[in-house]
Amino acid sequence: MRLTCPLCGERDRREFYYYGAEDYLRRPGEGAPLADWDDYLHLRDNPAGVTKDLWYHEAGCAQWLLVTRNTVTHEISGVELVAGRKE
Amino acid sequence: MRIDGKGLIDRTKPVRFRFDGRDFAGYKGDTLASALLANDVRLVGRSFKYHRPRGVLTAGSEEPNALVEVIGATNQTPNVRATVQEVFEGLDCRSQNRLGSLKYDLLAVNDYLSPFLSAGFYYKTFMWPRAFWEGIYEPIIRRAAGLGSLSGKHDEGTYEKAFAFCDVLVIGSGPAGLMAALTAGRAGADVILAEESHALGGRLLSDAQTIGGMAAGDWLAQVAAELQALPNVRIMLRTAVTGAYDHGTYGALERVGLHKPARPNLPRECFWRIVAPHAVLASGALERPVAFPDNDRPGIMMAAAVRTYLNRYGVVPGKRVTLFANTDAARATARDLMAAGVQVAAIIDPRPDAFSVEDCPVHVGAEVVGTRGRLGLSGIQVRKGSEIIEIETDCLAMSGGWNPTLHLTCHMNGRPRWDEDLAAFVPMEGAVPGLVAVGAANGSMSTHGALVTGHAAALRMAEALGRTVSVPVPEAEDAPYRLKAVWAVEGKGRAWLDFANDVTTKDVKLAAQEGYRSVEHMKRYTTQGMAPDQGKNSNVAALAVLAEATGRGIAETGVTTFRPPYTPVSIAAMGAGGRAEGFAPQRFLTSDQASRDRHAPMIEAGLWYRPSYFPKPGEATWREACDREVNMVRQAVGVADVSTLGKIDIQGKDAGRFLDFLYTNTFSTLPVGRVRYGLMLREDGLVMDDGTSARLGEDHYLMTTTTAAAGLVMRHLDFVHQAFCADWQVRFISVTEAWAQFAVAGPKARALVNSFLEVPVDLPFMGVAPVRIGGVDGRLFRISFSGEEGYELAVPTRYGEALFRDLVARAETMGGGPYGMEALNVLRIEKGFLTHAEIHGRITAHDLGMEKMVSAKKDCIGKAAATRPGMWGPEREQLVGLKAQAAISAGAHLFVPGQEVHRETDQGYVTSVCWSPTVGAWLGLGFLKDGRSRIGERIRLVDHLRGLDVICEVVNPVFHDPEGEKLRA
Repeated sequence: MRLTCPLCGERDRREFYYYGAEDYLRRPGEGAPLADWDDYLHLRDNPAGVTKDLWYHEAGCAQWLLVTRNTVTHEISGVELVAGRKE
Repeated sequence: MRIDGKGLIDRTKPVRFRFDGRDFAGYKGDTLASALLANDVRLVGRSFKYHRPRGVLTAGSEEPNALVEVIGATNQTPNVRATVQEVFEGLDCRSQNRLGSLKYDLLAVNDYLSPFLSAGFYYKTFMWPRAFWEGIYEPIIRRAAGLGSLSGKHDEGTYEKAFAFCDVLVIGSGPAGLMAALTAGRAGADVILAEESHALGGRLLSDAQTIGGMAAGDWLAQVAAELQALPNVRIMLRTAVTGAYDHGTYGALERVGLHKPARPNLPRECFWRIVAPHAVLASGALERPVAFPDNDRPGIMMAAAVRTYLNRYGVVPGKRVTLFANTDAARATARDLMAAGVQVAAIIDPRPDAFSVEDCPVHVGAEVVGTRGRLGLSGIQVRKGSEIIEIETDCLAMSGGWNPTLHLTCHMNGRPRWDEDLAAFVPMEGAVPGLVAVGAANGSMSTHGALVTGHAAALRMAEALGRTVSVPVPEAEDAPYRLKAVWAVEGKGRAWLDFANDVTTKDVKLAAQEGYRSVEHMKRYTTQGMAPDQGKNSNVAALAVLAEATGRGIAETGVTTFRPPYTPVSIAAMGAGGRAEGFAPQRFLTSDQASRDRHAPMIEAGLWYRPSYFPKPGEATWREACDREVNMVRQAVGVADVSTLGKIDIQGKDAGRFLDFLYTNTFSTLPVGRVRYGLMLREDGLVMDDGTSARLGEDHYLMTTTTAAAGLVMRHLDFVHQAFCADWQVRFISVTEAWAQFAVAGPKARALVNSFLEVPVDLPFMGVAPVRIGGVDGRLFRISFSGEEGYELAVPTRYGEALFRDLVARAETMGGGPYGMEALNVLRIEKGFLTHAEIHGRITAHDLGMEKMVSAKKDCIGKAAATRPGMWGPEREQLVGLKAQAAISAGAHLFVPGQEVHRETDQGYVTSVCWSPTVGAWLGLGFLKDGRSRIGERIRLVDHLRGLDVICEVVNPVFHDPEGEKLRA
């Protein structure tokens, strides 16, 4: 598997650390109901198809990346910087 | 038997080797199989289940029978295919899967028991009594199972792994692969041509034919020379591409040194990861056997393999050869043999409409229905209509047609398509993005077809790469591929499908009869295709037999899934660099040499090496040294290298705000020049790490992390910053390697520190100040991990060793000295300080009694989750101290005295223990249900592993100086 880091270019997956679904980016605000936190921390979809998840270019530029990929075809259709993402 | 004037071996270079303790001679260019056949050795192994005598079947990596153990000075490699292993001077190997000698294998009795050893034998037989499973059945089965054996010692050989990149990867160097490589190469693309064998050419080395008006060998030499001269083409011989993975990544195994005598630093194998946007699969096709009764005797071989041995190695495997084949092309075997002066006793062709032009008896519309010869073939029975013909022969060449070698196209879920005309499966187009199958691998069986499709695929790839080229395709044979599918021949006796795992047509039919009708079920029930050859010789025939037995078509029956690796890959090659220290980086402290000079045993802490203790003459055990070092710190002064702690320099207007968000407690209010202990949670409310952070300036902090979690915390900081507050004015970087930092602890610590400073600093507890030490700018922290008055002195790394040596020398004049990890651990347990033994990932701030450190005035990572039910309260296990007069152990569990000891009555567990010379008792830290309200109780500590059962006192976790008077002195 290869990921194209927006800063470093195409790299082998061994340079990256996998975290989890992009849901981690949607942190509930202070005082949000516990159910929202439960959802944020624990409840995940398991899509057959397009999914977005978080990867960290640990052996490269130390940037967190938002990767759009297909769990069926393994196609990667987008990689963007978490810090520079469009909400 | 060797034939004069034939073969591509180097007859000027004889090679001596050993097989089963006997010396043989071969030539450079021989495989072990060709050299053994040249020496008329036909019996080379015993079959897996029935221990039937077996000989060489093929001439390639698909070989199921001729598996041997290669014995090296430092390793023993089992299941080496004799058809792949090249001979070299001193090669030592032996046959396997036998009890006694190869000729008189004692387990050959299994063959007579075969009526009882049918498919599913294990499942049916070893069912009861249940008590026999572990003690009796399993040892027997394990003894009989498996093929070759290992030495039982570490493999000390060298292995490598490597990455390669190219525009076009060409897999296989037969006519299709050569044409593809030549086209892409001339177009200027960066090409890797990977060839499994030790020479380019594929079938061109084995089949006499003409290409472009010249002998195939001459054309091959010409193309090979051009490819070798092209700087943009890399030829990788002895390299089998074993797997196709996502995004143009291919796995490949190179036999770097397996064909040479071992020498130091010569790797045995290299596992490659080749990255290529385009790949040409020119892997050819595998000839398939026919399942006729007793088709497994030594001397029965694939027809194309017989041709390979004759034309490539100058070897004929018999004196009176017969051919049983259902294609026109296979007749070349008989013609080549006769041209070389070898007698061909008969051609048996099951096709009723087959031609008969050869100068030997040809039986059209006939089948082989039986064979004889105990340790090697001596004759066959042929059925022609109602007539049975006996033919004397010592070598039967068989061919049931060809199966395209399409395995790589299935590695990413591609399902092959059944082609009725070829009576074979062909690759699904686009099954592996970027990979195009050409030539025989794609069902184009003629040489012309190979050249044309190889050329066309490479041309399209060159165009995709923005390159144009004009390469003419030479003329070559384009005979039609005509066959009548013959999978199995009915007759008396067993007919083998899978030679490697001893699976017969009867087993497959039995599987179908017993309900295992799905091809995947049949495979698992019969073990067909599960041997080292992974069914390369038998898959299609087995499912054809299954299809017939279940009354379905082959296309409907389908194939099992081909998975990587295509050929066996040794774990040693895949894990190259992973054994022992391997490629793991080693991190050394600046005090490393000074510690080793003092004979300190070093202990690994992650990638770091830290001194355990500093032994003094007369100290017999580590405990004596450790106790002395603890007392030294408590009574005088000790010096320890603490540079391994993670250090993160954080700067910017929002640095304080950032730390407030990361830590449960507040850092934005910390005065400049002060240090604060901080607790960091994960977002799920559990403790991630702890440590101190110092405020060095208005917008400048220095965070320290534990040694273990340094990388984890850095990753966490990056995530929190980039995901939640990328617009804040804060930047940070790891400076762990930039500073050498030494703890100076004990009643005389201040005097020792001051002896270095130009201006003595009277720092308050938890203060930090810039200092000059010997003209160098450093930092002085007043923090303590020992419970004594403590300082940490930090200097740029290049001054670390000098400072450490000086600190230790001066400490020794004051009754002090260095201390190691053991003493450091005892000192912190005595003081109730935490490490990742306690912060093990299931612990909340409440469990540690630190819930008050979670500020109510601000948000922080993990705060919300930390308040959820179940994350706090008396039902949780809380940090306590344990005190005992007998040895206790970390990992032990806690129980109420008098209660039964089992899982349901478990009250908690122990995380750290030590003998405390300060308290004069065994001390432990652990987690006990509702522990804080149980101080003073007695608790039973049980460790079944170490056989401990000790009554302890539950105490406050701070054993030493609970009021902190020494710290603040």
